[in-house]
Amino acid sequence: MTTSTASSAEPRPGLAAAASADRGILTRDFSLWYGGFQALIGVSASIRPGRITALIGPSGCGKTTLLRSFNRMNERFPGVRTSGQITIMGQNILAPEVSLIELRKSVGMVFQRPNPLPLSIYDNVVFGLRLHGGAGSLCRAEEKLAVEKALREVFLWDAVKDRLGARATELQLEQQQKLCIARLLPLRPEVLLMDEPCSALDAEATAAVEELLDGMRRRYTIVIVTHNMAQARRVSDDCIYMLSGRLVEHGPTAELFINPRDRRTEEYIEGRYG
Amino acid sequence: MKPEEAMRPDSQPAQDASGPGGAAPPGRRRTAGRGPIRRLFHSLSERTIVSLIYLCGISAIVFVFSIFYFIFREGAPFLRDGFDFQKFFFSINWMPTSEVERSYGILALIFGTGAVTLLAMVVAVPFGLGTAVFIAEFCGRRTREALKILIELLAAIPSVAWGFIGMVVMGPLIVRVTGADVGANALNAGIIVGLMSVPIIVSIAEDAIRAVPDDYRAAAEALGATRWQVVYKVIFPAAKSGLLAAVLLGVGRAVGETMAVLMATGNAVNIPADGRFPFFHALDSVSTLTATIASELGEAPRIGALPDGSYPPAAHHYQSLFVIGIALFVITFAVNLTADLVVKGIRKQR
Ligand SMILES: Nc1ncnc2c1ncn2[C@@H]1O[C@H](COP(=O)(O)OP(=O)(O)OP(=O)(O)O)[C@@H](O)[C@H]1O
Ligand SMILES: [Mg+2]
Repeated sequence: MTTSTASSAEPRPGLAAAASADRGILTRDFSLWYGGFQALIGVSASIRPGRITALIGPSGCGKTTLLRSFNRMNERFPGVRTSGQITIMGQNILAPEVSLIELRKSVGMVFQRPNPLPLSIYDNVVFGLRLHGGAGSLCRAEEKLAVEKALREVFLWDAVKDRLGARATELQLEQQQKLCIARLLPLRPEVLLMDEPCSALDAEATAAVEELLDGMRRRYTIVIVTHNMAQARRVSDDCIYMLSGRLVEHGPTAELFINPRDRRTEEYIEGRYG
Repeated sequence: MKPEEAMRPDSQPAQDASGPGGAAPPGRRRTAGRGPIRRLFHSLSERTIVSLIYLCGISAIVFVFSIFYFIFREGAPFLRDGFDFQKFFFSINWMPTSEVERSYGILALIFGTGAVTLLAMVVAVPFGLGTAVFIAEFCGRRTREALKILIELLAAIPSVAWGFIGMVVMGPLIVRVTGADVGANALNAGIIVGLMSVPIIVSIAEDAIRAVPDDYRAAAEALGATRWQVVYKVIFPAAKSGLLAAVLLGVGRAVGETMAVLMATGNAVNIPADGRFPFFHALDSVSTLTATIASELGEAPRIGALPDGSYPPAAHHYQSLFVIGIALFVITFAVNLTADLVVKGIRKQR
């Protein structure tokens, strides 16, 4: 532990330049406690917009916690406290005047286990729109268009277009997960958070979701937690390595994997622990 | 499975007795050393316990059938002696003791039961479901435990105490607020029975709500749903069978309630509806199926058959009350069965 966490967490010059467009996610000295337990310790990172950033690290290091901080889903749990700052697209999301609803509209989340709502496929996709649209603000035709667009974007349209009224929970897991991505899109999010979106899927389905992610690059700022090193290498542009609640290293994926700056990162990606 | 187990100890002693030092496995030989008498006693007591448990198990069935048999037997002569189905169910004249024109029509009683049940559900469904949502979704653990205990206490209040509250508290209150002539009326009984149905609705509905996977809540919240939106857009649809079952069980409770209803309705045979606005008159006194049985059975003489096997007209009052009992039995059975099937339906879905 010769290098201090703070210095190794410093983004590389290239990263900082890109992030200054301030459309990405910026955390400054962010800490989080679950009651008495500190799960995140002084995390500072600047996640660049329009890129896919992978969060890697051993189990329990705080990846999910960090991800959930970006849409403030941690507040669902009692006794959560935070300190520090998180800025998304130039907005301090922890400020009291920030509307949780607006935040979650622009920062969508995909969960580890596909969790479509127990409604029809159609109703799942328009769920967000109906939440925020107010009564009858969207006519049926517009709604239908939005559904088709979202389902096409996740390559699900052809498979389900004839049975939009079927229960979403009866789809295959891969389709369910794609649907969970699709239902975020009508709200036009800027950021997509994905917590191990492929961990419940088989190899083929994983490949399909990765292809989908690849297609969404640049249009969204995507942060994806993964336990799968190969997946991180395949899909991500940047990579963040975390260990015991601290950010250890943050850099372009290629560099981080080929030439890690921190010894702990090196040990992890070589599979010595984790 | 169980009958075999019950028989095994029975056959064991015989087997061991035939060859104590024979081919029995070591484990068994050790028990054989304890002496056959002891084992016989052991197996006998085990058999006794098993049979006792069986007896308890089937007793419920026996009770249900014997109650049904008894009610049916008492009511049967009335059904046999020129029973007029049409008149019984569709006449509003319940005059079982009239010397001039005896008439057995339970339509008004059905309306009374219907009115009280309807009003009870108007009170109990929003109140019960609201409480269940609050307990399951909105309050902390301490409040939840406290509320659940309170709700259980509510369920433990005897129904005569509820009837008392209806007469002494609710009646005058209704008279003061609405200017009704009498405080004992359908509204009074509806409110009282509604409050009595709340506990069962709360407990079943709360279970149904808590059975909704947290994944659904997280999904909706991550899409920006407020907590109230989560409740009515996600939890209600996801738990709808359980909530329906809760309401049905509440209905069953309301239909079957007797003592409180007897005390709070005014017990006057009357249809609380007519062509005049507002068509449904909750401030009318009514009488229900249950209350009629309870209040009249004591006075209705049980008269045996004449030598020729027929019954004198006066005997019909007693018998007709049992036919009402049969109707009630059928109604509550149907409601509970539906609730059961609905609940089973949820289980299968999961
Ligand atoms: N709701 C919670 N309440 C209390 N502690 C929690 C909660 N969620 C997570 N933790 C703790 O915080 C730490 C970080 O958890 P987190 O789920 O963020 O890890 P992770 O890196 O996502 O792990 P995994 O790879 O297993 O998903 C763990 O020690 C965990 O036990
Ligand atoms: Mg995790």
